[in-house]
Amino acid sequence: MKGVEHAGFEDPTHDSQSCFRAILEAISQPGIVKTIESHVTPPLPLAVATAATVLTLVDANTPIWLDDEFSDAAPWISFHCNAPLVESSMAQFAIGTRIPEWGRLNTGSAEFPEHSATLVLQVESLGEGQRMTLRGPGISDRAELRVDGLPSNFVEAWEENHKSYPTGVDVILCAGNRLAALPRTTSATRG
Amino acid sequence: MLDEQVARPETDNDERQWWMSVLARATADQLKELLSAATVPPYACLRGPETGLLMVRGKICGDGADFNVGEATITRCTIRTAEGDVGHAYVLGRDHEQAKLAAVADALLQSEQHDVLVEALIVPLATAQQQRRAAVARKAAATKVNFSTMAALR
Repeated sequence: MKGVEHAGFEDPTHDSQSCFRAILEAISQPGIVKTIESHVTPPLPLAVATAATVLTLVDANTPIWLDDEFSDAAPWISFHCNAPLVESSMAQFAIGTRIPEWGRLNTGSAEFPEHSATLVLQVESLGEGQRMTLRGPGISDRAELRVDGLPSNFVEAWEENHKSYPTGVDVILCAGNRLAALPRTTSATRG
Repeated sequence: MLDEQVARPETDNDERQWWMSVLARATADQLKELLSAATVPPYACLRGPETGLLMVRGKICGDGADFNVGEATITRCTIRTAEGDVGHAYVLGRDHEQAKLAAVADALLQSEQHDVLVEALIVPLATAQQQRRAAVARKAAATKVNFSTMAALR
């Protein structure tokens, strides 16, 4: 296949298991930043955490929407995950550095909130930058998350998403080899 | 019949299908031996070798409905040579070495070594496979029962 120059996980079984564990912990305790231990050398501009998340969660049964910025990585994702590329409203995973027409992502329905999309958002760094205060299930009182490189309208869009519970999307933030997650149950405020 | 030339495909796409199917039927030992004729550059595995199950689909006649025949164990491998050629292989069974060597051969057959390798690797393998098929067919033909004869005896 043209354009595929990079391998997937070095050890597919254990690397995807450890990455899955990291994603699970990040989602269940919003605000904590997990370091990905999986071994993968993805094509640019994908970060290690973004690539590992995609390899772990995406397969032929999960249509994805891919940001134009990641189009160079499209052959790699298609080869290793077999996922069909679709428009944002059809996608189960949206992967990018911006919010893809936020309102158009599938937010599930009241009967099937779990059918919603998950947004894998690649940012510049986690643990430094703009500060957000998080509250919600999985957080004792409040948690702090610092993120650099979030889209400018993120916090407002997130509050709207949070209020639409039980429908809404969940977000996995990836930077370098670290990831954090914002499930829709988490409320976020600046500062 | 044994001296018959192996049929060669006409288009490039058919040719790749042809050599991939020949490689998929060759054993690891055969591939190892015949690949010594080639210069194998350094390569890296992009995926696998990994073993899994493949659902084999069947159809009765050309226009029948699809049905599942059953699952087959297959091993697949994709490699990329230092020169940038990507080779794929899907083989029956669980032999990782066979899948890897078949993928290497597929990559080399797309490089400038193509002509040498078709003669040194694919044609001998195809001939041997054709002979084996013919031998099985002869054995089966020898035990054929002619039902019209039995009807006439009655």
